[in-house]
Amino acid sequence: MNAAPRLASPPPPRHFRAQAFDFPSFFFTGLTGLATFLILAILGVILGNVILNGWPAISWRFVTGGTHSDMFDVNKAGIMPMIVGTSARVILMTLFVIPVGVITAIYLTEYARTSSPLTRIIRGAVNNLAGVPSIVFGLFGLGFFISFVGGNLDALFRPANAEPLWGKPAILWASMTLAVMTLPVVIVATEEALRAIPPGLREASLALGATKLQTIVRIVVPNALPGIMTGGILAVSRAAGEVAPLLFTGAAYFMADLPKALTDQFMDLGYHVFVLSTQSPDIEKTRPILYGTVLVLLVLTFSLNLVAILVRARLRRQMRAAR
Amino acid sequence: MAFMTDILPSRINVTAGLREGAAPDASAPPLIEIRSLSLFYGAAQALKNIALTIPERLVTAFIGPSGCGKSTLLRCLNRMNDLIDNVRIEGRTLIGGHDIYGPEVDVIELRKRVGMVFQKSNPFPKSIYENIAYGLRLHGTNDRRQLDEVVEQSLHGAALWDEVKDRLHSSALGLSGGQQQRLCIARAIAIRPEIILMDEPASALDPIATAKIEDLIQELKKEFTIVIVTHNMQQAARISDYTAFFYIGELIEYGPTNRIFTNPANKQTEDYVTGRFG
Repeated sequence: MNAAPRLASPPPPRHFRAQAFDFPSFFFTGLTGLATFLILAILGVILGNVILNGWPAISWRFVTGGTHSDMFDVNKAGIMPMIVGTSARVILMTLFVIPVGVITAIYLTEYARTSSPLTRIIRGAVNNLAGVPSIVFGLFGLGFFISFVGGNLDALFRPANAEPLWGKPAILWASMTLAVMTLPVVIVATEEALRAIPPGLREASLALGATKLQTIVRIVVPNALPGIMTGGILAVSRAAGEVAPLLFTGAAYFMADLPKALTDQFMDLGYHVFVLSTQSPDIEKTRPILYGTVLVLLVLTFSLNLVAILVRARLRRQMRAAR
Repeated sequence: MAFMTDILPSRINVTAGLREGAAPDASAPPLIEIRSLSLFYGAAQALKNIALTIPERLVTAFIGPSGCGKSTLLRCLNRMNDLIDNVRIEGRTLIGGHDIYGPEVDVIELRKRVGMVFQKSNPFPKSIYENIAYGLRLHGTNDRRQLDEVVEQSLHGAALWDEVKDRLHSSALGLSGGQQQRLCIARAIAIRPEIILMDEPASALDPIATAKIEDLIQELKKEFTIVIVTHNMQQAARISDYTAFFYIGELIEYGPTNRIFTNPANKQTEDYVTGRFG
């Protein structure tokens, strides 16, 4: 069975033999296992509860219908406008946050001197941005995007005394606010991806007479794309379920129509959960819709993530096949 | 021969060696001429008043213990040191009579003329074909037929064609270490440089792959001027025509390889090449 000649193995020396009972190891293994189990249990309870209670409310009418009649009535309510609104604001946000985040990360890793005070200030600012509570981002969006940017656009391009077009809550401003909020995630993930590119590749490109810009565009960024996608995925995960930044910037309590322009408000799944649970005249009658909406929100968040993960996996495969 | 004595510090006795060694055609001007070059990383001086001339279409080896500045000097020749913060360079480095640190020098043009092969093979995560086409595409060649032709020539030139001709479009990362290094050589010669700098190109390779690289260098010197940094003294002795020995930032001795290894003028050189230190 074995080609190599078998040697009679001598008995292991005494100090190689297992100890009678290693209590510290046993204790620590148990502790870490318990902690892991706790996480799984919590996730299981949340998902189980939502799926069990939410599933009965799910119907074709529920996910494709509008809310024109009574949004608190389980037999009439539909949440299609919220699904559309949440999807749209997440996709719009990605369009803003990826370019700005990637360009910032390229500046920080490729151009800025690591030791310069400016770089340290920018890095500190990015890290602090990540720690700001999301409601503060909502207030920032209201103050900066709606009042300042929107207000000034109206003052410049709209006739005096006309209805404000830009200077009011809108899906555009909500998406931009979310983009600002998720910027640190994209910057940090992209920076890591860029730093993971071996310096030898940059040197090889430069030694062939490439400019720094050519090296970044042709070698560095293409190889960092899966890492950049990871940043995008994390940003989408964070943003999809956020409600607080939308309160002042674009989410509507009720709208008869879907948003048709970037300057329109929109209905949002997360905000709708809040509305259902606090504004319903009859909480017992509303509860099935509430669970159904939460289930749809979870599924939507997971699917947005899944799409991004699949795109990234495809990208990685393509890169391994090397064009 | 006069050009060398003009430039080299008098304590380095090179002329003696040149008389008996295989001297290059003395009437031709040297291709690379380094005059009292000093290099500082911040306050630390890495190269001290280096002066040497490198003849055309021969192999010149830089040897010396780690940290002696031989790689740093090599990287002065295509200005790769520009990429490091706080580097200050004094003195002059002439290639073909032009100061490559002059104000009107285009670094891109310089690096097209002075190619480089690195210690660790660094093919791009692209296909074999695209690795070689990269430099050409950078400089504006996109014609498929022209690219095909240069890719084949370069792979022939790097003695790699027969091994990869059936899989030009598969990833370069699937090649063995030695093949990857020859691919990097092919990539460097694809843009037709005059000089190829090699920074310990075989130090990460096994003896068979090393032998292939060494054979290749002998072929390449028919067309290119090669400057090679090596830790391996046998390698320097086997492949180079001239050898420069460095120690802690100083050029200790420079001359025909044959003389440096058999009859070094300097005690430190002798100790190093006979393996007594380093």
